[in-house]
Order: sequence, then structure tokens, then C-alpha cells
Amino acid sequence: MDTPKRILVACGTAIATSTVVAKGIEEALKERGIPVMTRQCKASEVRSLAGDANLIVTTTPVPTDLGVPVIQTLAFLTGIGKEEVIEQIIEALKD
Amino acid sequence: MSRVIAELLQPSCVLLKQNYENSEDIIRAISAELFKAGYVKESFAQAAIDREKNLPTGLPLAGGINAAIPHTEIEHVIKPALGLVTLTHEVNFQNMVNPQEPVPVRMVFVLALEQPKAQIEMLQEIASVLQNPDLVQRILQADTFEAVLSELRK
Repeated sequence: MDTPKRILVACGTAIATSTVVAKGIEEALKERGIPVMTRQCKASEVRSLAGDANLIVTTTPVPTDLGVPVIQTLAFLTGIGKEEVIEQIIEALKD
Repeated sequence: MSRVIAELLQPSCVLLKQNYENSEDIIRAISAELFKAGYVKESFAQAAIDREKNLPTGLPLAGGINAAIPHTEIEHVIKPALGLVTLTHEVNFQNMVNPQEPVPVRMVFVLALEQPKAQIEMLQEIASVLQNPDLVQRILQADTFEAVLSELRK
């Protein structure tokens, strides 16, 4: 079993949007047999927590100079482009 | 089937076919109802308005009728609740992922959240409503609280 990849899920307050996104990512990747661990945070916390993550998925703008890939998307809320975003996430997690 | 949302909504916090000038007026109106019903503190309205300015919640949806989900920090909430406003005319919010971009909105879910993990079902149900253009359309057409509930329970 591979070590789970760590995905930092950011939104404005870390209470609503990122909860839905984190759950959506976990379910989508589980279906595809890819183990991941998600951690939710506020956009303002991304810089301090980025070092610990393999990927950042965010619904609100965050810095992109963190040395970690960043995917900005509303797909887990609105459903628009969700399959494409899941593919992007899988691609970004590849070693 | 949106069981949790249907249970959380109550008549005074569902404002249907309303006409507001701007997003601030919408948040103020529904926050006043949530406050009267004992769900949020009086500070909720201003906190949600301020948050909307910095971290907007407008969401462009697949069916072309867009929504916003204003919410704010848990310290302004007394107990979890949900407010719903439907609009006869589009009101601009800003796009969550791209705050420079206006999103003309006709449906607003105001979220009063306490502990995120405990409200995951409500949040997922809201996301599934937003992902269902037919349901969004039918909720916009609803004239009564009962009609909204009946659509959500289908």
C-alpha cells in the first residue's frame, strides 16, 4: 500500500466549503483506489501549512509560489468540470 | 432528497421571490430573521457582510441560475441553521474562486455553522442542490415555504 498523499484543502473560513471539497476529493480518489489524507485550512493559513502537503486544492485565491502544486476549483461545489479536476488532482499527485 | 436541509429550514428564515438592490441587503435581511429566531448573534450580519467582501461566495452554476452561500466565523453562531433567499431579479455577488468577477445570483443559502464536521450532511446536500439545475429552477419558482420543502424532499 502506498503512503497516502497529503492534500491541503483551503477555503475562506475552513468551516463550510473546504469540508465539502475535502469529502468530495476523498470519495472520488477512494473510488479510484488512491489513498489520500486531507487537511482543511483557511486561505490565510496556506503558506504556513503548504510545506507538509503534496498538493493544495482551494476554492479561494491562495499564493502560488509555495513550491507545491495548487488547483483552484469550484467543481466539488457546483459539479461543473468535476471529472476534469479529479484527473488533474490524480496527475498532480503522481511522483 | 435533501432531508437535512428540509429539517433545518424554518418558515421565518425562508424569504421567497424577494427583490433586493445588493448582496449586503440580502445578507442583512436574512441575518435579521436568523437572529430573531435565536440561531445567530446580532454580530452575524456584519461579520457575514465583511467576509463576503474579502472572501466572496458567489458560485456560477451549470443551469445558468447562480447561487451564493454567505457564511462567517462560528463565534457569531448560536446554533446551526440555514437561511434561504430566492430573488426575482439577479443580484451580483463576487465569484468565490475569482473575486474580481461578478456572479449574478438568484438563490442565496446563508449558512450558520457551528462545527463543520457535524454539518457535513447539510453542506453536501446544499452542494447537491446546487448541482441540480432542475431543482434550483423549481425552488426559484416556489411561492411558499411548503412548496420549497416539498421540492427538497422529492
